Amino acid sequence: MRRWLLALALLPSLALAQSTVTRDGVTLTQAQEAEAEQIGGQLRCLVCQGESLEESDATLAKQLRGIIRQQVVAGVAPSQIQSYLVQRYGIFILLKPPFSPITWLLYAMPVLALLAGGLGFWATRRGATPRPAPLTDAEAARLKELL
Amino acid sequence: MSPLRRRLLFGVPLALVSAGGAAMYTLLERMRTDQYDPRAFPSPLLGKPLPAFSLPGTGGLPGFANTDLTAPPRPVLVNWFSSWCAVCPQEAPQLAALARQGVPVWGIDYEDTPTALAEFLATNGTPYSRIGADKSGLTAINWGVYGVPETFLIDKTGIVRWHFAGALTDELVAERLQPLLEQYA
Repeated sequence: MRRWLLALALLPSLALAQSTVTRDGVTLTQAQEAEAEQIGGQLRCLVCQGESLEESDATLAKQLRGIIRQQVVAGVAPSQIQSYLVQRYGIFILLKPPFSPITWLLYAMPVLALLAGGLGFWATRRGATPRPAPLTDAEAARLKELL
Repeated sequence: MSPLRRRLLFGVPLALVSAGGAAMYTLLERMRTDQYDPRAFPSPLLGKPLPAFSLPGTGGLPGFANTDLTAPPRPVLVNWFSSWCAVCPQEAPQLAALARQGVPVWGIDYEDTPTALAEFLATNGTPYSRIGADKSGLTAINWGVYGVPETFLIDKTGIVRWHFAGALTDELVAERLQPLLEQYA
C-alpha cells in the first residue's frame, strides 16, 4: 500500500520529466529544452545585440533557437551546436568571448591597469621630497618672535 | 614642489582628458558619417568560398547556386535585400550605378513573396542580373547574414573579399568598394 502511495506521489514529477514542450517549432522533452536554453543563453542575438538568443523576439533569434532545438533533439553535443553558429557568425555570437589573439588585451586589461596604477604610485612616492628637519631651538624662538 | 612637478601635475591630466575628448569626438564623427558602426562585426566568410546553396529564381530573373560563383568571369556583388526592408530603397541608386558601371549585381530576396518583390522592383528599379529567393531564410544563416541589406563581394576565384551590413552609401562605394573592384578585376 505504502509503495503504491509513493509511486502515486512521484507520478507527477515523472510525468514532468517526460512531458514535452513545443518551442520555436520544435517539440522536445523538458530536459532537452533546458539544455537548449543553456546553449541559447550563452549566445548573442545579432539583431538586438544586448540580448541573448533565448531572450530575443527577433525572427532570426527564433529561427536560430529552432535550429539549436532541432540539433539538441538530434543528439548533437552542445559544444558542436555552439561551433556550428560560431562558424557562421564568428566569435561575436558568443556573449562571453573566448581568450584568443584578438581578445587577450580585453582579459589582460585589469592586470595592466593595476600595473600602471602601481607604477604611477611608486613614481610619485619616489619623487616626493623628504620632510624637512624639525626646527632647531633658535629657529623656534625666531618664529615665536615673528608671530 | 618643483616647477617641473607642478607643471606635470597640471599638464598630464589635461593632456589625458584632451586626448580622450578628441578620441570620443572622432568616434562619434565616424559613426555619424557611417565610417564606423559599433554593431558591425567581421563576417567569418571573408577570405573563404561561399557555403553550398542553390536558390530558385524570382522576379522574372534566374536564380543561382554557389557553383555559379566559384569562377565568375569578373567579381560579383551579391546583395541581400527584401521588399519589407525599410533601408533597402536607400541603396538603390548606388546599386544601379554599380550595375551601369558593368559590375554584375546579383540579388538574394530574403524571406519574401513574389508579389511584394514585383512591387519593390517596380518602385526601386532592378540593378540585378539574377535574383535568388531565400524564402526560408536558411541560406542567410549559412552565410552568417543577420539582416537586410547586406552586401558581399566575390572575386574571380569565388573567394569572399568584402562584406558590409547596411545600406551602401556613395562614400562607402568610392572609398571601400571601388579599390577592391579594381584590385580583383
